[in-house]
Amino acid sequence: MKHDELLGRVLGPGTQELTCEQCFEELDRYVELEVAGEPADERVPGMRAHLEGCPACAEDFRSLRDLVAGEQER
Amino acid sequence: MATALMTTPTQMPADSPPCAWVERLRADGPERQAAVAELHGLLLKAARFEIGRRGAEVRHLRGGDQEDLAQQAADDALMAVLRKLDSFRGESRFTTWAYKFALLEAAVKVRRRAWQGREVPLEEEAWEALADAGAGTERPVEEAELFAALRGEIERSLSPRQREVLVAVALNDVPIDVLAERLGSTRGALYKNLHDARRKLRRALAARGFPFGAGGEEEL
Repeated sequence: MKHDELLGRVLGPGTQELTCEQCFEELDRYVELEVAGEPADERVPGMRAHLEGCPACAEDFRSLRDLVAGEQER
Repeated sequence: MATALMTTPTQMPADSPPCAWVERLRADGPERQAAVAELHGLLLKAARFEIGRRGAEVRHLRGGDQEDLAQQAADDALMAVLRKLDSFRGESRFTTWAYKFALLEAAVKVRRRAWQGREVPLEEEAWEALADAGAGTERPVEEAELFAALRGEIERSLSPRQREVLVAVALNDVPIDVLAERLGSTRGALYKNLHDARRKLRRALAARGFPFGAGGEEEL
């Protein structure tokens, strides 16, 4: 594991972030903003930091983003 | 919740039509039954999508077992969606909102199945990663000092629960849902432990002169 990655895992994003519950609540809106190319991080502050800090929520985000983006392509 | 983290609601037009899905799911009789069946089909599709993308984790499961897992995830997600229908705010499409429940249910089930019968790795194994990171003659002295200090602060500054969660999730790749199940806790509660641990470590390292401020972090 690279040192930066190790430090990132241990010390986290170091900025204000949403909780897991808030992340789940906002996930659908955040994903649609991102897939539409809208400023998702601006509209849902604290989401990006949480996704950097929480591996499980980050996986949930990637899954929903890929599912929604795939549907839109069809 | 910190004011800075208040999210900006998507502006919905005042005359925005009510969500057809919600209306059908609140109807009576055959209309509702049809809507529930249709919704279950969508949730099952999302659950299969999630299980399909987790190929390595479900490799040991036979096709029938994977389908059972998808069905269980879709069933549980359907219950969750119907229970939380009043909380749908119309800030995304209904299907996007509903999908997230199926993806979550499927992901949690796969993670737990993949860890069934496996021990959570011991703390000592994680120390090796930190020790390796600080070792080696080619490493700058500052880096070796940083990792030594970090290990010291993990042992000294954190509560046993904070250390347990940090080591398992951040160093040993134990899925937080699996750890939550083993400890009789929740993802949210354990993430708060992790967040608080990280904040303590940043502050302790900053106090020792390392460039890691708390970054204006507030409590979760």
